Amino acid sequence: MTLQPTFQIEMLNFHYGATQALHNVSIDIMPREITALIGPSGCGKSTFLRCLNRMNDTIPDTEISGRIRLEGRDIYAPDADTTELRQRVGLVFQRPNPFPQSIFDNVAFGPRVLGTVSGRNLQELVEDSLRGAALWDEVATTLTSPALSLSLGQQQRLCIARLLAVKPDVILMDEPCSALDPIATTKVEELMRQLKEQYTIVVVTHSMQQAARVSDKTGFFWLGELVEFDETNTIFTRPTVQRTEEYITGRFG
Amino acid sequence: MHLSRYQTERIAFMVIGSATLLTVAPIIIVISAIFISGAEAISWEFIVEMPRDGMRAGGIWPAIVGTTYLAIGTGLISVPLGLGAAIYLSEYARESAWTRTIRVAIVNLAGIPSVVYGLFGLGLFVLFLKLGSSIIAACLTLSIMTLPVIISTAEEALRAVPQSFRVVSIGMGGTRWQTIRRIVLPQAMPGILTGVILGLNRAAGETAPILFTGAAFFLPRLPSSIFDQTMALPYHLFVISTQVPGMPLQIQYGTASVLLVFVLTMNILAASVRSWQRRKRQW
Repeated sequence: MTLQPTFQIEMLNFHYGATQALHNVSIDIMPREITALIGPSGCGKSTFLRCLNRMNDTIPDTEISGRIRLEGRDIYAPDADTTELRQRVGLVFQRPNPFPQSIFDNVAFGPRVLGTVSGRNLQELVEDSLRGAALWDEVATTLTSPALSLSLGQQQRLCIARLLAVKPDVILMDEPCSALDPIATTKVEELMRQLKEQYTIVVVTHSMQQAARVSDKTGFFWLGELVEFDETNTIFTRPTVQRTEEYITGRFG
Repeated sequence: MHLSRYQTERIAFMVIGSATLLTVAPIIIVISAIFISGAEAISWEFIVEMPRDGMRAGGIWPAIVGTTYLAIGTGLISVPLGLGAAIYLSEYARESAWTRTIRVAIVNLAGIPSVVYGLFGLGLFVLFLKLGSSIIAACLTLSIMTLPVIISTAEEALRAVPQSFRVVSIGMGGTRWQTIRRIVLPQAMPGILTGVILGLNRAAGETAPILFTGAAFFLPRLPSSIFDQTMALPYHLFVISTQVPGMPLQIQYGTASVLLVFVLTMNILAASVRSWQRRKRQW
């Protein structure tokens, strides 16, 4: 049985003005897997991630070519709905960025904006989302206290809960642990493993250990090109390209 | 004479210290002089009664009501317009020659003397649009004067909201407008409110813009519609100080006190909104 990929990316090119950030990237991202993207700073992995929910659209003077299909549908088609896309493909940022509101209001933000649920259902949705982000047990009694009083690690899981509340299919994570200490990082990684039961996850990370620990597939970016993409196990034990081996063994980058 | 560093320091400290004192002292002296001289005129009757004897006796109720009407009317016109413009400039417009021109225009608008607004209002609203000398014409004139203050403070307050809040909301499938309404506006609200209060405060205290557009010399009744003229505190004060012979001094001071209370209350309100916002804000 062959599974239909969640994302099919073909010959993706991306330019910031005159600078080309991505060169002919082609990759399939499979459902209910964690795909890790590694590579040195400025290699294009974050740019690539943001192409997947069109967050680059807001940056002026950029140009994109190639094709990205989400479950068969071209997300850059002229009639594609970006707001619906971003609801299905959510983004977790590098720094935890909860709103200066209560914990409850943070999680309820998306459903309220989208007008999907209200009242009792909203309470249940908030609880489910917090459970989904493995945060419920820590905040169940303090839902009305300010989100910014949480620790950074809890804030990051709150941001994940905020995302889960709009019921996405795909979760993109842009170095989600780079602002966190090792214990908080471990918790987020555990959470990622739980989340992949239900969601497709693409994570950009600077930590090769993290990629090795959590991901199923790993892609190595170098100067805007996808140098190698394979099972994480293969990438970290028997990489086929010399550059990949040099990077993961720490000889550069 | 050569001074040591220590002496220079002391002299500099004294000079700037007395400069500060000199700016604060007149305010305190003026305010207390007016309140002390006005105190005997102030009574419940002075506030809520109509003027009598050619304004030489009775109260100043119509002027108080009139100034309140003018402030509210100006707010109703200038707040939606100003806020709309600020949202456009901060959230929608991309930086271009066009937006730069708008900003220059706003800054220049803020620098125009208020009497010029008055004459402009006379020409446009009173005569050309045939609104006559009326509350509505005065409010429109005051609104034009107030708009630059409201637009620039509101735009500043909107821009101060961290970009990441917008990105999160957009990234979750919110539209630009949903993002503004649910996140940006609520976060910017205290700053916007401060600007609105300061703007309306100026509108309430000005004489020149309403001189030709809606202020009545003497009208011993409350205005019955927005096309009526109205008395107003600043203009009333001007009239009784310069135009009415045999005017009892304490009534003049009493009127000045009421106007001051009006304006100071709004200033204090603006200041407390600002400090409340600073304490509340976590970004």
